[in-house]
Amino acid sequence: MSEVVRKYLRADMMPTIWCPGCGHGIIMGAVIRAIDQLGLDQNKTVIVSGIGCASRAPGYMDFDTLHTTHGRALAFATGIKLANPELTVIVLTGDGDAAAIGGNHLIHAARRNIDITTVCFNNSIYGMTSGQYSPMTPKGYSATTAPYGNIDRPFDLCELVKAAGATYVARSTAAHPRALTDLVAKAISHHGFSFVEAISGCPTYFGRKNKIGDAPAMINWMKEHSVPARAVEKLTPEQRAGKFPIGELYVSEEPEYVDEYVNVIIPRAKERAAKAE
Amino acid sequence: MTREVVTLSEQEQKAPLTIDDKWCKGCNICVSVCPKAVLAKGRKTPLIAKPDECIGCRICEWSCPDYAISVHKKEGGN
Amino acid sequence: MAERKVLLMQGNEACAEGAIAAGLRFFAGYPITPSTEIAEILSERLPQVGGKFIQMEDEIASMAAVVGASLTGTKAMTATSGPGFSLKQENLGFAALTEVPCVVVNVQRMGPSTGLPTSPAQGDLMQARWGTHGDHPIVVLSPGSVAETYTLIIKAFNISERLRVPVIFLMDEVIGHMREKVVIPDPATLAVVDRVRPTCPREQYLPYGAVDGDVPPMADFGSGYRWHVTGLLHGVNGYPIGPGKASEELIVRINRKIERRADELAMYEEVLMDDAEVAIVSFGSTARSAIYAARQLRVAGVKAGVIRIITVWPFPEKVIAKAAGRVRAFVVPEMNLGQLALEVERCAHGGAPVHKLSRVDGELITPTQIVDAVKGV
Repeated sequence: MSEVVRKYLRADMMPTIWCPGCGHGIIMGAVIRAIDQLGLDQNKTVIVSGIGCASRAPGYMDFDTLHTTHGRALAFATGIKLANPELTVIVLTGDGDAAAIGGNHLIHAARRNIDITTVCFNNSIYGMTSGQYSPMTPKGYSATTAPYGNIDRPFDLCELVKAAGATYVARSTAAHPRALTDLVAKAISHHGFSFVEAISGCPTYFGRKNKIGDAPAMINWMKEHSVPARAVEKLTPEQRAGKFPIGELYVSEEPEYVDEYVNVIIPRAKERAAKAE
Repeated sequence: MTREVVTLSEQEQKAPLTIDDKWCKGCNICVSVCPKAVLAKGRKTPLIAKPDECIGCRICEWSCPDYAISVHKKEGGN
Repeated sequence: MAERKVLLMQGNEACAEGAIAAGLRFFAGYPITPSTEIAEILSERLPQVGGKFIQMEDEIASMAAVVGASLTGTKAMTATSGPGFSLKQENLGFAALTEVPCVVVNVQRMGPSTGLPTSPAQGDLMQARWGTHGDHPIVVLSPGSVAETYTLIIKAFNISERLRVPVIFLMDEVIGHMREKVVIPDPATLAVVDRVRPTCPREQYLPYGAVDGDVPPMADFGSGYRWHVTGLLHGVNGYPIGPGKASEELIVRINRKIERRADELAMYEEVLMDDAEVAIVSFGSTARSAIYAARQLRVAGVKAGVIRIITVWPFPEKVIAKAAGRVRAFVVPEMNLGQLALEVERCAHGGAPVHKLSRVDGELITPTQIVDAVKGV
């Protein structure tokens, strides 16, 4: 078994509950390798998740880990980071967890530009509850609660988070584990709210219900439908149809939330208190 | 936390990679992503069908959702 | 010797300042009448003492942020009223199961729903016990004056830290908004309790290990223990488990943790109870009218006494059971349709009849109403 990953795994908890061929293990591996690449202090890194298949990831990772309530990971994470800014806080979440019930916390964490890295394992389905549609399920596809086809339009999660104020936005897939690792490493290093959408595959529900094929077929699908972000502008609308850009999508530098609190608010408060005495 | 000691047999040590049978779930992603078709579908765990073709790129190791693969072959080397 | 500090304080202000004296250094909240002053005051005061304040996007996020902060070893609190208290329930249950210390202030207003935002009520008493799903432990305290708000919130934090349990601080709009004299205790005399942290090596740490007293030590995130906190039922090592004995042991232990301490947690005040023939049982701002009424009744020759409930949950069963053997009736005035009365009935075991005096128009129960009710039994 991969030596690098072994160092950071709770081996007693393995094997993971994920189905054979689930893309989530690949993504979790990329996150672990990114942490290793950066040489983060294992004792000062906290992994937070909500509820869903993706949210089971922290249970397997040897750090301080927090598996919370559905959609609320970023709110818990905000408390951790603000209370102890020394900690590196990483949120692992799914498309349902982050974009449906968690949507409000997602946009506000982005708005605050708080130094938390969020990796969204997007398999376009609610896997844990056996295959209902999510806000990321493409229109027309089937799910257990969309037996006649999904009439909902999905979010462009990266655009949403960017518009909400995130200062690092990237996307990759389980078919690009090396690129994904590098993007996650960059996202963690970035000082501000970082968001990485990691396209994953659910062969058991999404794949089967929509006759996409087995796990290798879904990995191929991801390869064929992704386009490097830099190349997207050069494509014609016909070439671009049905494809999504991957890579670094947006990077900017803005004041970070905890910095502002510690460096602006606390000194002002102490000055006011001193004057009052 | 107990750690299992994995001892490789001599034959395994000569192989370019090892797949931990206990961790492998038989999804075959590794078989399909290998650029050199080194691996082939087995009953569950894939077989190392063409060990000499391995170039040590590690795409299989990075693509395994269950961290079952350990590539020994140095990238681009022997 | 420290100068005796005597201040005219608002109830909500006493709550905020008492919390700071108890060691509060993280507040996450959302504005909601009649609790907003607590947030406003802490937004100014917490950074003055190096603490952190954040106004989150909603009540659910506030509760979550409080739990997150507490896991780093920081004493954390939020404050709300009815509608917000309802929103917090899921994450409150999370804190109860994962045994994360925190304090949740509910300054009660008329409900249900939006209700009367600026009017007092006491309708959340049962919700404070049972608002979140499942068999969960909780401790609920209710002050009866501004001065008591200051000292009792410190006790709330101490209980929360000592027992790794969320503590709900049940105020009402009157206690929250009124102003009274508070003698600020000398900080050197204050007993402040911190949670017990593990000292064993990491490999031996069991964050949910059954120990004497049912309260496992709690490591701070970032202190090297690398432990797992989950809302799934978990074993002594913190990892998820399925149905079976270990699940039962967890549920039983976290509830027993509080039940076995019911006597030491039971705080109440007895006024004129020694020879009382009628016991008026009340809490919060209603108790003030009750005590005034009891004194008036005594002047009129009626042997009335007051049992003022301070620890609402675990309910002080024994004081009621004892009184049931001595009085000929209980009168329970409360600003709801009879929630405290249910507990009094239960604990009286038929020893004396229980008469309800409910007021649900958004106004305080007056001493005259209580006097008339007692005279009528």
